[in-house]
Amino acid sequence: MNQQKKIIENITKKWLFLVSLTTLVILIGIFFLLFFTGIKAFSEISLFEFFFGTNWNPTAYHEPSWGIFSLFIGTLMVTFGSLAFAIPLGIMSAIYLAEIASPKVREIVKPTIEMIAGIPSVVLGLIGLLFLSPLIAKLFGLSSGLTGLTSSIVVGIMVLPTIISISEDVITSLPREFKEASLALGATKWQTIKMVLVPASLSGIVAAIMLGLGRAVGETIVVLMLAGNSRAFPTSIFDSVRPMTANIAIEIKEVIRGGLHYKSLFAIGLVLFLMTFLINFISDLIIDKHVKKYKW
Amino acid sequence: MVDTKIKIRDLDFFYGKKQILFNVDLDFYSNQITSLIGPSGCGKSTLLRCLNRMNDIIPGIKVNGNILYNKFNLYKEENSVVEIRKKIGMVFQKPNPFPMSIFNNVSYGLRVQGEKDKEKIKKIVRESLEKADLYDEVKNRLNSSAFSLSGGQQQRLCIARALAINPDVILLDEPCSALDPIATAKIEELLKKIKKEHTIIIVTHNMHQAKRISDYTCYLLDGKIIEFSETNELFNNPKNKLTKDYINGVFG
Amino acid sequence: MVKMDEQKKEKIYFTIFKIATFFSVVLLGFILIYIFVKGVSVINLNFLTSMWNHQDITKGGIFPAIIGTLFLAVGVSIFSIPIGISTAIYLNEFAKDNLFNRLIKLSIRNLAGVPSIVYGLFGLAFFVLLLKFGTSLLAASLTLGCMTLPWIITTSEEALKSVPNSFREASLALGATKIETIKMIVLPNSLGGMLTGSILGISRAMGETAPIIMVGATFFMNYLPKSAFDKFMALPYHLFILATQHSSPYSREYALGTALVLIFLVFSLNLGMFVIRYKLRSKKEW
Repeated sequence: MNQQKKIIENITKKWLFLVSLTTLVILIGIFFLLFFTGIKAFSEISLFEFFFGTNWNPTAYHEPSWGIFSLFIGTLMVTFGSLAFAIPLGIMSAIYLAEIASPKVREIVKPTIEMIAGIPSVVLGLIGLLFLSPLIAKLFGLSSGLTGLTSSIVVGIMVLPTIISISEDVITSLPREFKEASLALGATKWQTIKMVLVPASLSGIVAAIMLGLGRAVGETIVVLMLAGNSRAFPTSIFDSVRPMTANIAIEIKEVIRGGLHYKSLFAIGLVLFLMTFLINFISDLIIDKHVKKYKW
Repeated sequence: MVDTKIKIRDLDFFYGKKQILFNVDLDFYSNQITSLIGPSGCGKSTLLRCLNRMNDIIPGIKVNGNILYNKFNLYKEENSVVEIRKKIGMVFQKPNPFPMSIFNNVSYGLRVQGEKDKEKIKKIVRESLEKADLYDEVKNRLNSSAFSLSGGQQQRLCIARALAINPDVILLDEPCSALDPIATAKIEELLKKIKKEHTIIIVTHNMHQAKRISDYTCYLLDGKIIEFSETNELFNNPKNKLTKDYINGVFG
Repeated sequence: MVKMDEQKKEKIYFTIFKIATFFSVVLLGFILIYIFVKGVSVINLNFLTSMWNHQDITKGGIFPAIIGTLFLAVGVSIFSIPIGISTAIYLNEFAKDNLFNRLIKLSIRNLAGVPSIVYGLFGLAFFVLLLKFGTSLLAASLTLGCMTLPWIITTSEEALKSVPNSFREASLALGATKIETIKMIVLPNSLGGMLTGSILGISRAMGETAPIIMVGATFFMNYLPKSAFDKFMALPYHLFILATQHSSPYSREYALGTALVLIFLVFSLNLGMFVIRYKLRSKKEW
């Protein structure tokens, strides 16, 4: 090979490598900024109060309180509320598209459902605000329709396309032999789905759910608009809640940059970051296991 | 004279516009092994899959003609396809165990039929594995994954799985093509043993296998039946020149 | 007979599944129709082309918000498309399977899972404060750029993977270097897919609200941003404020009108990219 060509090739390769380090740098950068800003909050706030205190009131005149437990429960409530709605609907749709619908129907319906993922979340929040929340207030006789339930439903709609699309891919990618073997033994289509296809794709479906879980934990604008934002400890799904993401969005613009309140919001951000990191890690493990188990 | 188990009359098979089988007439006899041989693409697997209506899952197919199983027309009774498959079992080319334990693989067909009696299921699973000459090899690990077995064992597991629901007829679609000679020999022994209780129809690309195990052999070419007779007769004294060419290896 | 039971059961379940599936389709239809029917009344030339009027929202328009969102999209593209595509080329064409490259892939997967509000915090601490960009178009572009980067890399990698390996081998066998092969064989066959996929990612970023609240979007400006260091108006933030914090009796209609414009922008971009992708794909003959 020509010497000059070799040099060009080497330089290009090195340069591309350096550029591709950007993602690693960003991830590490996010972690360090959150960590070193957030950690400073704990010079004045006790870890125990932060994680287990149910009172979050950093701007109280006499004695500010820094417990994120109520906010954390708010996050869990909206997350699991949305999944309670999206998982059954998502799996049923995935099964329908993968195994029951004709190819023609699937080709039209799947991209249509994926379009829902393209709707900006703020628009879904708007519809939740104008349409869903009055409906929920009326239906359950509440004074305000801005509740954990309202935001759960809309967040559920947001994660639905993710769960459907990935689960459908997983079911369709199962070897055709499984289906044939089951049908040849006299099983009906439904028995085949229930007893063979769903169990075989379970780890993939769980990974899809984990992805939806990550989205739901991190969703901000919809909960900001629909959850009601009360800092009180939520006791039911009809209460107004303030998940951690919404709390950051509400307070970050009003804080003194570099102050204790600012640092504590970064500490909440760090908690969110670690939660999604953990979710990602678990779903990676599940996918790994899924791939290794059958090697198709 | 032996009883006829399955009668095929005037069978045409289309995939889209393309005709795969032409005017097939064929009888399969009870408790005999019948081999379907022919070059790849001749329609032998398609013909086999007509017998338990496995072709139904492929969109765009059309079947004309009649297949009689015990005087019961397979293609007339629209809703009984599930019943048909319980009576006419199938073993596939590639071993295809489910991603479940060995035990659950064999018990699958029983569970599908709604069998709840645990003891009965256990008994049948054991008997089926014994019939498939697999029980001794797996009796200590019935709960481990079916994928932990070797290819030959997996195929015998699939045979045991088919036997568990006690089918009348067993269809085998090149069951040994993915296996080594020892595993193949085991399966051939097994088939000869179980033909006492079942009618066996096997598609094979291996003429020696057809010669070794089958009582009757049918030679197909381009979707048409060229010759059908007792195995010895067909291999030693073929009537048709095309058959002679094929078994002498002139083509294919 | 047991059999009829099984078949009846099957019918019932399948009907339920069908309803579940079409629920999503109906939902999408409902959302689009709702926004259109309720939002279309405020749309007129004035609304689309004039500056925002803070005193009387019925008199002004959302022109600066539209422009702000478009500027933002361009800013994000400038940052994330070159880096994203380069990373994808490196990972797919050069990277060996070693610890370091696996680390890069791991970081891409994890970045995709980081909540947008956390990107906002990062952008605030890093771009706005540490690098002293201030709350600005630049800071917002970079923040959203970081967020879209993993999406762009993933979709670009897919485009690269769709180029058959036999093409690369044929080129290498003819004595071309790796770089020449990439330049003459791989890129011409994948650049279209990479760009359209990237723009789809950016259309998603255009609808993001939470991060830009912290790093540069503002509700009211009576001029267009003149430099990258200016603040800017953006459609999603504008609509958020109108829907939740504005006191005008007309704020909801105008929020819906803004939503309609935003959806129109995002979806027409989406649709355009789909059409181009489809055309690119049908041109391929392998």
